[in-house]
Amino acid sequence: MSDHELDARGMLCPMPVIKTQDTIKTMQPDDQLTVYATDPGTLQDIPSWCRVHGHAVLKVVESENEICFQIQVAPE
Amino acid sequence: MDEQKRAVALISGGLDSMLAAKVVMDQGVHVEGINFYTGFCVEGHTHAIRKKKATKPKRNNALWVAEQLGIKLHIIDVIDEYKDVLLNPKYGYGKNLNPCLDCKIFMVKKALAWTFMEENNFDFILTGEVIGQRPKSQRKETMPLIAKQSGADDRLLRPLCAKNLPVTLPEREGWVDREALYGFHGRNRKPQIELAQSFGFTDWAQPAGGCCFLTDEQYARKLADLWQARGSREYELDDIMLLKVGRHIRPAPHYKLIVGREEGENRYLEGYRKTYLSIQPTSHKGPLALIDGQPEAADIDLAGQILARYSQGKTAEKVTLAVTFPDGVSRELTVAPLNPTKLDPHWHV
Repeated sequence: MSDHELDARGMLCPMPVIKTQDTIKTMQPDDQLTVYATDPGTLQDIPSWCRVHGHAVLKVVESENEICFQIQVAPE
Repeated sequence: MDEQKRAVALISGGLDSMLAAKVVMDQGVHVEGINFYTGFCVEGHTHAIRKKKATKPKRNNALWVAEQLGIKLHIIDVIDEYKDVLLNPKYGYGKNLNPCLDCKIFMVKKALAWTFMEENNFDFILTGEVIGQRPKSQRKETMPLIAKQSGADDRLLRPLCAKNLPVTLPEREGWVDREALYGFHGRNRKPQIELAQSFGFTDWAQPAGGCCFLTDEQYARKLADLWQARGSREYELDDIMLLKVGRHIRPAPHYKLIVGREEGENRYLEGYRKTYLSIQPTSHKGPLALIDGQPEAADIDLAGQILARYSQGKTAEKVTLAVTFPDGVSRELTVAPLNPTKLDPHWHV
């Protein structure tokens, strides 16, 4: 299991979702990905995309100007 | 036992593609969705940049549809490839700058390539097209054209109007039952709404609307203005995103102002301060403006006067603004707000 990071700050949806999707495609089951974003739309879209693909959103941390998602890739 | 057949559905986020996918899913086919991001897509989020619309759902409708259907959705970035579709449409534009027919051919072609990638291995493609639904791309004569030009041929199934079209491979092979498909046609939305209700759907996005900014007259005008001012039709994602935001005011061919209309837009424009010259009132509350182009010193003064008009100091004698260059160097500018009678209505793009 390994940890990955994705910086999607400054991008508008759906780009943060597309980048998350493309990054996860390169990862292994149970790996973890931390995504940093600024578009408030990601609060809805990244968890939604994760749900339809079976990935787990472990944590969402919202600060004033940034949102951080911790995602675990679906098991095989 | 027969292997379960696999179909990929083009999901726009609207009602028709949601219904088309559902109809085929209910026949026991494994369906996954695909959605293409051209940069011109009308997304709730783009609207949500504006604070006053924050009460509207910020959802991505294609993802929302996928969740309603319980299917995977693959979102594909086609921003660069789409430029050729927009700039050189073989079948021309619709009412505005919408190359709808070329766009549909492009998307089915892309879906086809994705569908038959080794790791995907799908059997056919489905769309929510309905004959007569759209004046440019969804007509009786365009249906076979899209199938042929995309290369999908009879692997392209339109479940909502299949009964009005020749039999396709999935029907011929018995992967789907043609009798359980539909024969919708025309612009009447009643059959789709009744079908949605029969599935228990109570909510859907833009049942009769478009999903692309290129069909929007005002947006198309701004895009044409951008191309004309630059003397080139080249564009980057940031260019076309900025056309969705703010008031665009062009006092002269060589520069324009993009003025935030409210907090959400100002925040969005902030992200471009290292790319564009920006102006913001400091003596009074007011919006942020970016300057696109090559303004001279006198142009910056006029831009300041225009911007002061949109600040809380619009009736004040003087308004002070900060003019900030992309390298971060800033200077102060004090101007009298422009008299409204001098703000030429033609400057508004």
